[in-house]
Amino acid sequence: MLYAILCYSDEVATRAKPKAQDDALLADLEPVQRQLCDEGKLGPHLRLMPTTAATTLRYGKETVVLDGPFAETKEQLLGFYVIECANFDEAIEVGQRLLGPRIAHGGAGALEIRPVAMSWTGGSLK
Amino acid sequence: MNDIGWIDAALTAARPQAVAALLRYFRDLDTAEEAFQEACLRALKHWPLNGPPRDPAAWLILVGRNVALDHVRRRSRQEALPPDDVISDLEDAEANVAERLDNAHYRDDVLRLLFICCHPELPATQQIALALRIVSGLYVKEIARAFLVSEAAMEQRITRAKRRVGAADVPFETPGAPERAQRLAAVAAMLYLLFNEGYSASGGDVHVRVPLCEEAIRLARLLLRLFPAEPEIMGLLALLLLQHARAPARLDSEGAIVLLDDQDRSLWDREMIDEGLALVEKALRHRRPGPYQIQAAIAAVHARAPRPEQTDWAEIDRQYAILETLQPSPVVTLNRAVAVSKVQGPVAALEMIEGLAQPLAGYFHFHGLKGALLMQLGRDAEARDAFNRAIALAHTPAEAAHIRLHLDRMQREGKPRSTKKASAHQRQG
Repeated sequence: MLYAILCYSDEVATRAKPKAQDDALLADLEPVQRQLCDEGKLGPHLRLMPTTAATTLRYGKETVVLDGPFAETKEQLLGFYVIECANFDEAIEVGQRLLGPRIAHGGAGALEIRPVAMSWTGGSLK
Repeated sequence: MNDIGWIDAALTAARPQAVAALLRYFRDLDTAEEAFQEACLRALKHWPLNGPPRDPAAWLILVGRNVALDHVRRRSRQEALPPDDVISDLEDAEANVAERLDNAHYRDDVLRLLFICCHPELPATQQIALALRIVSGLYVKEIARAFLVSEAAMEQRITRAKRRVGAADVPFETPGAPERAQRLAAVAAMLYLLFNEGYSASGGDVHVRVPLCEEAIRLARLLLRLFPAEPEIMGLLALLLLQHARAPARLDSEGAIVLLDDQDRSLWDREMIDEGLALVEKALRHRRPGPYQIQAAIAAVHARAPRPEQTDWAEIDRQYAILETLQPSPVVTLNRAVAVSKVQGPVAALEMIEGLAQPLAGYFHFHGLKGALLMQLGRDAEARDAFNRAIALAHTPAEAAHIRLHLDRMQREGKPRSTKKASAHQRQG
């Protein structure tokens, strides 16, 4: 069974910590994650850029491109994609292609496009 | 991490928003600051026991407001202090306040707080000192150290600045769109000054000043979070990130400035660059160019080049041309001339800066670039003249030492050669 683990925390407070503390956290996480990769339990994992780098495609009756992160509390996270693009314009374009069928089926919601800050391929899952 | 560390980070993060809201309640900086201080003391007492509140800023605003009101009441009626459990049923009240304090509400509070520090009558250094004290909550001692003055002198400076802005009467109503834009521009300019104060190595220990850069980045990020659709604020944050990313490569072991061409690019902070690039792209999509966006776009060109030779100078020339029309200034033309020298050669660049001799007569970088261009053309005597003038105008020993390197090289090598190009004199470091 595949599971996704999503990480939430207070971004501003996290950023307020000195970099050394973050480095220490990453250093302590590393062996745990490596062990999980070795066990075939952990695949790709990533850290996202701050929400200030995010852009949101809100769709429904019409589609609008909004600066900033997804900020509604009425909707829930249902899935995510990891995409590789040459630049931001292309990322928006990919987002729009992924919207096509959703809109055709009368859906409404949002796709938040957030650049990835760090990424690890991880182990191959069993 | 231990509790205190977490609380410290949470208090720092919540400070601008909390002080800004308290300022709106009390309309007095000192009262707002004291109220926040009191609320922090209570947080240090309560949070380790009860765990962190859901919304630390809302908690601090509510507690700060209650505490300050108690003080006022106590002063006027000499009543006994209410027991500490006034704040016991905070959970409900907190949710209530949090609801009213959504983004749209408090963003103008924070902007107002920052804007108050930008009072036009205050000299730039005082604006910065005030923002660091009030908005960032740095101790006077820390600010004094960053500005290389005594604690007492800085204390006095901040007190005086506070008195001045206290009398300034910034309206507390929600600002209209033009007013908001004007405030944003003033605050952005102040943050850029703050960053440059930390970035320019002029005078003293550079390491002490790095926190100023980081604080400027933190505040720019805060501003962008509040005004996420402003391309110039995206540009500002991108510019700061892209410049600060080079910090680890900017100084050699002796503290001398290493110019962009000579920097070890593997030392550049990749994470900061990536974020800066993402923000530049996001800003440019708005097609509302502005000075910060353009400067960020120029910094982005440098950041994208794995080696100096791979720099897209034609693109830099193009960006400076836009900047020249948006914000014409001799310094912008001078910077453009560097790009022109790369694309079209030293003759075209010399032509371009010819008209700048008058306005930039006392400007170190003008004579430095002129010397470098002349040297490239083998006009050594004229180059020496320009370099000597640059040395006389240098602000730091590092600047002078850099020019002396050229003079020595000309001395040593005697006659023309293809030298270290005009870029040897580039301001972007």
